[in-house]
Amino acid sequence: MGDFIIRIENLSKTFEGGEPVLKNVTINIKKNEFITLLGPSGCGKTTLLRILGGFDEQTTGKIYFENKLLKGIPPYKRKLNTVFQKYALFPHMNVTENIAFGLNIKKVHKDTIKNKVAQMLSLVNLQGFEDRKVTSLSGGQQQRIAIARALINEPEVLLLDEPLGALDLKLRKSMQIELKKIQKQLGITFIFVTHDQEEALTMSDTVVVFKGGKIQQIGSPVDIYNEPDNAFVANFIGESNILSGIMIKDFLVKFDEVEFGCVDAGFGENTMIDIVIRPEDFQIFMDTDKVAKLQGIVKRVTFKGVHYEMEIKTKFRTFIVHSTKMFPVEAIVGLDLNPEDIHIMNKGDNDE
Amino acid sequence: MNRKYLITPYALWSFIFVIVPLFLLVIYSFVKTVDGQVIFSLESYTKFFDPLYIDVLLRSLRLAFITTIICFIMAYPLAMILNSREFSNKTMILILIILPMWMNSLMRTYAWMILLENKGVINNILNFFGLPTKQFLYSEGSIIFGMIYNFFPFMILPIYTSLTKIDNHLIEASYDLGANKILTFRKIIFPLSFPGVITGVIMVFMPSLTTFMITRLLGGGQVILIGNMIEEQFTRTNNWGFGSALSMILMGIILVSIMFFSKNETLAKGGSLI
Repeated sequence: MGDFIIRIENLSKTFEGGEPVLKNVTINIKKNEFITLLGPSGCGKTTLLRILGGFDEQTTGKIYFENKLLKGIPPYKRKLNTVFQKYALFPHMNVTENIAFGLNIKKVHKDTIKNKVAQMLSLVNLQGFEDRKVTSLSGGQQQRIAIARALINEPEVLLLDEPLGALDLKLRKSMQIELKKIQKQLGITFIFVTHDQEEALTMSDTVVVFKGGKIQQIGSPVDIYNEPDNAFVANFIGESNILSGIMIKDFLVKFDEVEFGCVDAGFGENTMIDIVIRPEDFQIFMDTDKVAKLQGIVKRVTFKGVHYEMEIKTKFRTFIVHSTKMFPVEAIVGLDLNPEDIHIMNKGDNDE
Repeated sequence: MNRKYLITPYALWSFIFVIVPLFLLVIYSFVKTVDGQVIFSLESYTKFFDPLYIDVLLRSLRLAFITTIICFIMAYPLAMILNSREFSNKTMILILIILPMWMNSLMRTYAWMILLENKGVINNILNFFGLPTKQFLYSEGSIIFGMIYNFFPFMILPIYTSLTKIDNHLIEASYDLGANKILTFRKIIFPLSFPGVITGVIMVFMPSLTTFMITRLLGGGQVILIGNMIEEQFTRTNNWGFGSALSMILMGIILVSIMFFSKNETLAKGGSLI
């Protein structure tokens, strides 16, 4: 317990006259962890962040911050700071005044403030921007100022509400790396909200996948990607082929009338299960003699840069397959799978 | 067709109804007629520096200032309340504020005459409770009251508009960074609403300084302001030269104060004038 800086227990939130936006959410957050709340828009992730920041209050459930119950404490007394989605920089103040806002409130000595602002500006790579007007800055620069303005208060926890959402792809990528670097350097707990699965996988120590106010899965990026708990997670995190099959016994699964070895066990014998296969995990080869376990015809080929995306139509379904080799349309191909590439999930609770 | 020509009607309009009258005003203020001869003279301006007239100007400035201050003190909290999320009746209140503006201000001021008269509604009520009749009309107080009543919407609407434009995330960011409600008001909300305050101040101060209608009705000739003095020169004493000079002086004061306000407004880094 001592290791957790924030414990969220059975948190629920219902806005007046609306559907519940958070349902029984329980998350334990470690010190120095980079945790990402991931989900489609309207899944409740931003609401959870606002409750942590003190801008909204939960309907039921408890939040402990450093083992103390966090309830009825206004935002300005909480030891966490927020980086808002649209940066929320104060337009009537220049860069220095924005960053120094929190320290000015605490009446920190002027020289200390000056030093710290310079320190923060170099942390976010904006040296020499002290006297600029915030309205004259680009999106990426405003975003860095917003981060500096929050970090200068040395919060225990930094809440980030889709901070990279408004940036273009290239800038977003470089900010992802920079944010991760800053987090490591300062050793602060980051709670990061995003709907971008790639962003979540790149940056996080832990990913919490949300859907409809409920946690679908908590785990490391690798776990979430490789061992999704259900079809929603599998679909949301990258592209997937999801099909149903039968677990014949431990380490043996059957789908589309073919048996495959797998690495999962403990589902029981002859149980209906869901199977996730990542498009890049297929082995694909020309199969004019029709000897492969799964045979199909290439129906569509799309060039994606690093790889080709192909739709392979078999007797039972159409698979999405990624490969660096191109197979022409109407080619007869075979597909094979390694045991570790077949991910087994329990059936059901997919629609909730 | 060159699009520049589209401006011609407006340019013509401005020329005939703004430039020419202004020009005439300037001419009138700098000339006098001696034996049927029109000659250049500063007499109209020197005449103004009589304590009698200076007094009128100072009184006008004082009443306009008091009116503006009271309007501001009343309007700002109300604008804040209207803008707060918890307050659900804002449309109703706003309509109540705007509704009287749809009526002619002369009518509205007449209505107050009837209410405030010695034999008026309010004194009747006072008498009914055994209180003596009180002289409300024809005092500085009744003029200030009339001006506040007439110009209050011009104060509250720009303030309210500037408050609604403040992004709620800025206020949340301020709380988030450790500022309590009072500090957030001082450092974020008030500075960001300042352009609205300036607009409101200008829009109340200017008509208060120049009104002659409210003074005529509620002051009844007992209290003379600069507006009445100018009116008198044109309609009764027929001294167009002095009237023009007074107008020029008043215009000068207004220009100076607008420049002063606008400068403050740029200091607050806000939006444009109106």
